[in-house]
Amino acid sequence: MFKKILIAADGSDHSIRAAAKAIQLAEQNPDSEITVVYAVDGQTSKEDILHHFDKSIVDQVRKKRLEPIENLLKEKGISYEIKILQGEPGPAIVEFSNKMDFDVAVVGSRGLNTLQEMVLGSVSHKIAKRVKAPVLIVK
Amino acid sequence: MKVLSKKEQWFGNVKGDILAGIVVALALIPEAIAFSIIAGVDPMVGLYASFCIAVTISIVGGRPGMISAATGAMALLMVTLVADHGLQYLFAATILTGILQILFGVLKLARFMKFIPRAVMIGFVNALAILIFMAQLEQFVDATWVMYAMVAGALAIIYIFPRFTKAVPSPLVAIIVITIIAIMTKSDVRTVGDMGTITSALPAFFIPDVPFNLETLKIIFPYSIALAIVGLLESLLTASIVDDMTDTASNKNMESRGQGIANIVAGLFGGMAGCAMIGQSVINVKSGGRGRLSALVAGTFLMFLILVLGNIVVQIPMAALVGVMIMVSIGTFDWSSIKGLAKTPVTDSIVMVTTTVTTVFTHDLSKGVFAGIILSAIFFVAKISKVHVASRIEGDKKIYAVTGQVFFASVDELVAAFDFNEELKEVEIDFTQAHVWDDSGVAAIDKIVIKLRDNGVLVRLSGLNAPSSNLIERLAVHRKPGAKFSGH
Repeated sequence: MFKKILIAADGSDHSIRAAAKAIQLAEQNPDSEITVVYAVDGQTSKEDILHHFDKSIVDQVRKKRLEPIENLLKEKGISYEIKILQGEPGPAIVEFSNKMDFDVAVVGSRGLNTLQEMVLGSVSHKIAKRVKAPVLIVK
Repeated sequence: MKVLSKKEQWFGNVKGDILAGIVVALALIPEAIAFSIIAGVDPMVGLYASFCIAVTISIVGGRPGMISAATGAMALLMVTLVADHGLQYLFAATILTGILQILFGVLKLARFMKFIPRAVMIGFVNALAILIFMAQLEQFVDATWVMYAMVAGALAIIYIFPRFTKAVPSPLVAIIVITIIAIMTKSDVRTVGDMGTITSALPAFFIPDVPFNLETLKIIFPYSIALAIVGLLESLLTASIVDDMTDTASNKNMESRGQGIANIVAGLFGGMAGCAMIGQSVINVKSGGRGRLSALVAGTFLMFLILVLGNIVVQIPMAALVGVMIMVSIGTFDWSSIKGLAKTPVTDSIVMVTTTVTTVFTHDLSKGVFAGIILSAIFFVAKISKVHVASRIEGDKKIYAVTGQVFFASVDELVAAFDFNEELKEVEIDFTQAHVWDDSGVAAIDKIVIKLRDNGVLVRLSGLNAPSSNLIERLAVHRKPGAKFSGH
């Protein structure tokens, strides 16, 4: 089964749902390891610096956003790593995952409507299209 | 964070910097023109400023990859100066702003940034967004439906075009499309040409034509100090955002100095004061810009375009620029501060709203920042002034344990916690969990000790930490001979 599993996460509810599914996958294989990838885009960068300013606090705040996922992973005793990237979530995660050769990428879907998708763009869609590994989209 | 070498800062990312610089130049033109109109000056003043500042800062700035030019925050501060005294005074004020900023840089004042509460910074950007938006409203006075349709069209293009390609900045596409429509339909909507003239010439050096006397200084100084502070606030905030986005370190004092030099250059070449731009810097980094070259290319390409396209620029309908400015204000506003309103402490929200409201009413960002800082200082003092005094009896001794900060704001509460009418032999005041900060605190302790002694109680202070006990040693009256009689 899958050994190297990527979770694209930002701490939102849909990313936590995706993480729960990824953990189910990981439980099938005792050797599996999960990499939680959080891509920080310009907008988030701006908000985080504006609200906390100090770089070390900003780093801490970002780790904290992933805490629910981290707790799930700890609970199940799965080996994991957290990676925070800079850039637009879609391209940044695609680049990272293709470089690191994952067996599967798991991503949550925000469930945008047509208009939102037109303006915001779907991260899960980009990942599904461009990541070389099989992609599991969790709705 | 990584520190880049001088060579890396210039030539570490040549291709990315050149391409991003071109994108930024295209995105800068509409903003530079619109900010000039907010300030009440010819579009050339903002364009020359953007050229001079972007190019100068690329050489002397402390944060490679950051874009500085004419900005809304600065434009809003100079409105009354331009209206009351004219353009030459604006140039003089711009030069003085630069001198003040260099001074701030030399004195290494960037480190005091940390004393500005976060809530004040959030209130600052929100106020900036609201003011930029409000400045657009006058363009709608007596406007026809054509104007409204053009603004709506511009906004639609701005927000939807990036879905198709991000290679060209969507605000520029909006400007081009709306301008073509306006020319084709021969609509008589207001254009940039109606707001001022565009001259296809390079900026020239000149000393502002103002009398060099105290009278002039009195006029420009208040503006310059506000411009200097606001410019540095926004620049240092932007620098930190670029630090985070690129995961590299920057030199904040060098940046303060660089902003100063750039403003002096702008003032001497017919430009208005500017600073770093959050929005444009984010565009630059997203487009692949990392180094100093990106700002240099942005500035020179902008000037090149104005030289070549000057006669087309005057035909841009104001409606298109209004659309771009509405986008800028939406992008500037910190929407997460509204979403987080329920979660953030009430005092933080009050400080944020006070900063925003003060600024919107006074039209002066620096006044809003000061109001916010003062209010949050008051809140802070109120919060830490809570002292807790617990008492217990041990044998024939009563022990008062003080917890908290003993200083001018907490002394009333401290003194009120003691019962001076009790029949006691001995009292111990335990300061293990307390810190004595100032002479008011020491005076309060004096008062307590002397009052108790007057009642014939033996008083002992215990658990004082070193700084507190030093302070008491130096200032306390009750330690001095004859203290017993001086309490009245």
